[in-house]
Amino acid sequence: MRKIISLILLGIVCVGIIFALYSIPFGKDKIKVGKHYIYNGIKETGAVNIVTSVVLNYRGFDTLGEVTILFIAALGLGVVLYGKKKKRKEGLEPASLVLYTGCRFLFPLILLFGAYIFIHGHLTPGGGFQGGAIIASGFLLSYLGCPRKWISKERFNITESLGGLVFVIMGLIGLTIGGYFLSNFLPKGIANTLFSAGIIPILYCAVGFKVGAELAGIIYNMIE
Amino acid sequence: MIFVFLLVFLMLAGAIVASIFKDLMNSVIAMALVSLIASILFYFLQAPDVAMAEASIGAALTTAIFIIAIRRTKRHEE
Amino acid sequence: MNFLSNNIYYIGCFGLIFIGLYIVLTKKNLIKVIIGINFIDTGVNLFLITIGYIRGGTAPIFSRPGLNPERMVDPIPQALVLTTIVIGVSVLALALSLAIRLYHHYGTLNLRKIRELKW
Repeated sequence: MRKIISLILLGIVCVGIIFALYSIPFGKDKIKVGKHYIYNGIKETGAVNIVTSVVLNYRGFDTLGEVTILFIAALGLGVVLYGKKKKRKEGLEPASLVLYTGCRFLFPLILLFGAYIFIHGHLTPGGGFQGGAIIASGFLLSYLGCPRKWISKERFNITESLGGLVFVIMGLIGLTIGGYFLSNFLPKGIANTLFSAGIIPILYCAVGFKVGAELAGIIYNMIE
Repeated sequence: MIFVFLLVFLMLAGAIVASIFKDLMNSVIAMALVSLIASILFYFLQAPDVAMAEASIGAALTTAIFIIAIRRTKRHEE
Repeated sequence: MNFLSNNIYYIGCFGLIFIGLYIVLTKKNLIKVIIGINFIDTGVNLFLITIGYIRGGTAPIFSRPGLNPERMVDPIPQALVLTTIVIGVSVLALALSLAIRLYHHYGTLNLRKIRELKW
């Protein structure tokens, strides 16, 4: 009975969506605001990757709000799971030698790869969010492979707070120099080189550290 | 074009299979397959940034979080 | 056939959204409901990217000289979806932690039974 009713409801929604999609043909050029960003993006921000310039320059304040949502979700997860800590079993089975050695060998390389991705965020595809996620997956590997060497939760908290603080301080410096929050006050440099695009690489490094510490802290809280 | 047809078909089949399985671990693996194929589709739609984010977050971290949660609760759906 | 090849991405993303909605409406297990919410999330992201696509377009990155800005896909949906994915995983983790807490409290993940205990 429940299944039939829900199928009927889904059918009604499906017909409505088909009528709505009739006016949106696939693959046609319907860009309006994006044209301005594509044509003037390099001149105004110095970043070659237009997506990066939209995320951190044109909509930088939006990104600050998004990072805040991430922080609040991680905080809520910590509060919900607080006090439910199982006692860590002392006889926790150690990982095999192959897994242990492989994890110790791969962990720095994964961290290096994540850092490469968020440092080059304004030149190539990638950026703070992707690099942070890769760093968090490296910490997940270290939790699974060598559980004795867990990093304490406080270090994650400190890194995450520092990342948020750098973001806000850069925005405030831009407010005092340029006249609005997160204005690009550093020299733009030559496009397509590493030291270009003003404050965008600094902001992406801050976002990368913050997202990486936050996601690793979420995994830590769930496992513990 | 045939390749895109195949990928979309495989993605929808993975989603349907994930809803049918009684063992939650199998459903989670099917969900990881759906995320992986979605990231390939993002790449075909000329969005490499989003494809990287979906591959590293949707296919790796989400699966890990689900598996941890299933380990702390019950594995089979009654 | 022409209709199908024109709208294959729309079929993919809305198929994903409908399967997710069906799971949310009919399944009883809490973790399965969260899996359905994840499907809806992926489908909506795919739809937003599909809207911004131009046939034969290139990615909005001036990585080499000679790229035509006229044929670049829309960068704004990509920037929005980039942040959406990260928010999605953190909200999903919050929902799963609530499910773990409910399991410890009631001893079951069946939504009907949890509701019967409540009312």
